[in-house]
Amino acid sequence: MVRNNNLDQAGDAVAKYEIPDDLYYTREDEWARLERDRVTIGITDYAQEQLGDIVFVELPEIGRTLDRGEPFGVVESVKAVADLFAPVTGVVVEVNTALAETPDGVNEDCYGDGWLLVVKVTETSELEQMLSPPDYAQHVKDRE
Amino acid sequence: MSGLLRTPLYEVHRALGARLVPFAGFEMPVQYRGVLAEHAAVREHAGLFDVSHMGQLHLRGATAIADAERLLSCPVASLQVGRVRYGLLCNERGGVVDDVTLYRIAADHLLICVNASNIEKDYRWVVGHSADATDVRNASDETCLLALQGPASEAILQPLVAAELARVRFFAFTETTLAGARVLVSRTGYTHAGGFEIFGAASEAEKLWRALSQAGAPHGLAPVGLGARDTLRLEAALPLYGHELNDTTTPLEARLDRFVKLEAGGFIGAEALRAQRAAGVPRALVGFIVEGRGIARADYALAHAGAEVGLVTSGAPSPTLGKPIGLGYVPPTFAAIGAKLDVMVRGQAIAARVVETPFVRGPQ
Repeated sequence: MVRNNNLDQAGDAVAKYEIPDDLYYTREDEWARLERDRVTIGITDYAQEQLGDIVFVELPEIGRTLDRGEPFGVVESVKAVADLFAPVTGVVVEVNTALAETPDGVNEDCYGDGWLLVVKVTETSELEQMLSPPDYAQHVKDRE
Repeated sequence: MSGLLRTPLYEVHRALGARLVPFAGFEMPVQYRGVLAEHAAVREHAGLFDVSHMGQLHLRGATAIADAERLLSCPVASLQVGRVRYGLLCNERGGVVDDVTLYRIAADHLLICVNASNIEKDYRWVVGHSADATDVRNASDETCLLALQGPASEAILQPLVAAELARVRFFAFTETTLAGARVLVSRTGYTHAGGFEIFGAASEAEKLWRALSQAGAPHGLAPVGLGARDTLRLEAALPLYGHELNDTTTPLEARLDRFVKLEAGGFIGAEALRAQRAAGVPRALVGFIVEGRGIARADYALAHAGAEVGLVTSGAPSPTLGKPIGLGYVPPTFAAIGAKLDVMVRGQAIAARVVETPFVRGPQ
């Protein structure tokens, strides 16, 4: 009973945030999508909602090697600065340059056109250490 | 968010879907729709703010004016009934205890509107420096304060009140009724967008809010949170206590000289401030525009030719200008209009330039 109750509450609390089933998540509110050896990274719906109007995105250069957990950039809203941390180890192969001109793209479509960067990974097993969608939903709920 | 105070409009904010955050010990709305949309609403139409977290101290009695004259940096005895003045409460070292607005309610009755974070400190300070005969009352809990700001404010408010608002000049007030409730309406604000501040009984806050919201809807009125309140006041280059002002900064350093009666003054702190003026201020508050790619934020360093020379006190992207702006303290040699400074953003020097303030000029 207690367990069910908790799950119900988690459902209520996170219902307003989109948490796609096919992504991996970090405790710092990033998401990662694996396609072969490429991982696309962005920030979650909860993160963009908490930040509010995003006005500035700073991303690394293509070719830079990121270590898992390393800060690699920032997303700034009118009021706040949020550091970005690499969810996996890899080499930056693409960055979303459109966000330099239209940083609010992150607010509008954080899992789509508002992606941040793509890294090429050698060790896809690192993704298994990230949060699953239900675990991330609980993590969101814990902070509501 | 336990242990936090709530304004009488807390439930209204929740129903409006506001994001509530702790601020100065209160659980306050930081935004409803979004900071940029709310900021634009105030500049273009009108915005309604709950600022009931702010404090109200009443000074009454035959000795009240003389006490306030000694407590405040601005002239008090010359303030006419129905008028408002901005001033500083200073300590003996000339540091700022608080920045306040002062209302002359009657010949022997003053209302001092103070910052939420300083209510207790100010109350103790005022009581501690007043004559026994002066009645000092902290009415913060039973008072609500709404700000109606923006070019459409008068058109929204006029049909709701008996008073003729055209006769209420900038930094003047009138006592009237709004939706059947007794209110004090002043033409003041924290936005440089024009508008009014409305004091009423806390028990009538919801009635006042609803009347204003309803009347404002056809004019594009939006509820506005503390997020946009901060970007609006920053564009107006109005100081925020805890950022530009604190117990160790002086009004002269903050370039608030025109609110300081240095010549005639026997107010607390005057001696220290006269000495500082004679010696020259060690630092001065400047406004700057960031010209490089980066946003200045409070506590970032300001540098010149590779050496740190000062500190940002407030910084944000200016929604009106479309560029990041900021306020900060630097030595007077770097404070001239046009002076080049660097803002240190995550270890990188981002070019900025000292400009005249306010960044955005209002209708008044």
